[in-house]
Amino acid sequence: MDFYIFLTLAVISVITALLMVFARNPVHSVLYLILTFFAIAGQYVMLNAQFLAVVHIIVYAGAIMVLFLFVLMLLNLNKDSEPQKSNLWKISGAITSGMLLVVMVGALRNQIQLPAAAEYQPDRGLPAVLGRMLFDSEFVVPFEITGILFLAAMVGAVLVGKREIKV
Amino acid sequence: MLEIIRQVPVEYYVLYSAILFTIGVMGVLIRRNAIVVLMCIELMLNAVNLLLAAFSTYLSDSKGQLMVFFIMVVAAAEAAVGLGILIMIYRNTKSTDISLLDKLRN
Repeated sequence: MDFYIFLTLAVISVITALLMVFARNPVHSVLYLILTFFAIAGQYVMLNAQFLAVVHIIVYAGAIMVLFLFVLMLLNLNKDSEPQKSNLWKISGAITSGMLLVVMVGALRNQIQLPAAAEYQPDRGLPAVLGRMLFDSEFVVPFEITGILFLAAMVGAVLVGKREIKV
Repeated sequence: MLEIIRQVPVEYYVLYSAILFTIGVMGVLIRRNAIVVLMCIELMLNAVNLLLAAFSTYLSDSKGQLMVFFIMVVAAAEAAVGLGILIMIYRNTKSTDISLLDKLRN
């Protein structure tokens, strides 16, 4: 049963991702990508990473994609008449990425020696376990550096986004 | 519901993430709208996130999920700065077509 849920979510996310790439209207692209993110959140739930699933929906569907949609509406790009690349370029792009997939599959097939699966512990995705790990172990310093990165990104976004100052 | 990693081999997750990543690469290669290109980069990051979460469950180790949180932070910062740059580009060229941005080539 779980296998079929995995398969369904995988097919949904791959199809919506393809639709996102090939949709002509950028607004449709954003909406298809949100569907992809929801399918991926379903995969997280199936993987017993519940907190990750919730954060994924809040951050991606709730914040990042709203930002994208906002910029699209702000720039008034929700037209079907956006510039398209030539067919030759599209075909070569598709072939190149297909070859990348083939190379990745070929490199991974029978080559990786996976360690045996550890004993299954259902509490690994809970906020309590994750929070304790984040603040108790070696992840404290990366966590603080993440805060500095966010501050820098915030300052950078404001500075880039505002108009030229007349000096 | 509890032991998905016993029912779905982890190799399937590797293949699935590879396919999603490839779709993202394809989008970057064939689209000209800079916003859609940024969205395809988000899709690639998500493929990596999914694989990290799958291995985290496979090995019963929460560290993979913590890495996913850090990647999400970087993705959010990247989207904010990227869209800021994009608005700046739009203000100067009145377009988000990335094929216009070849000034460095000449």
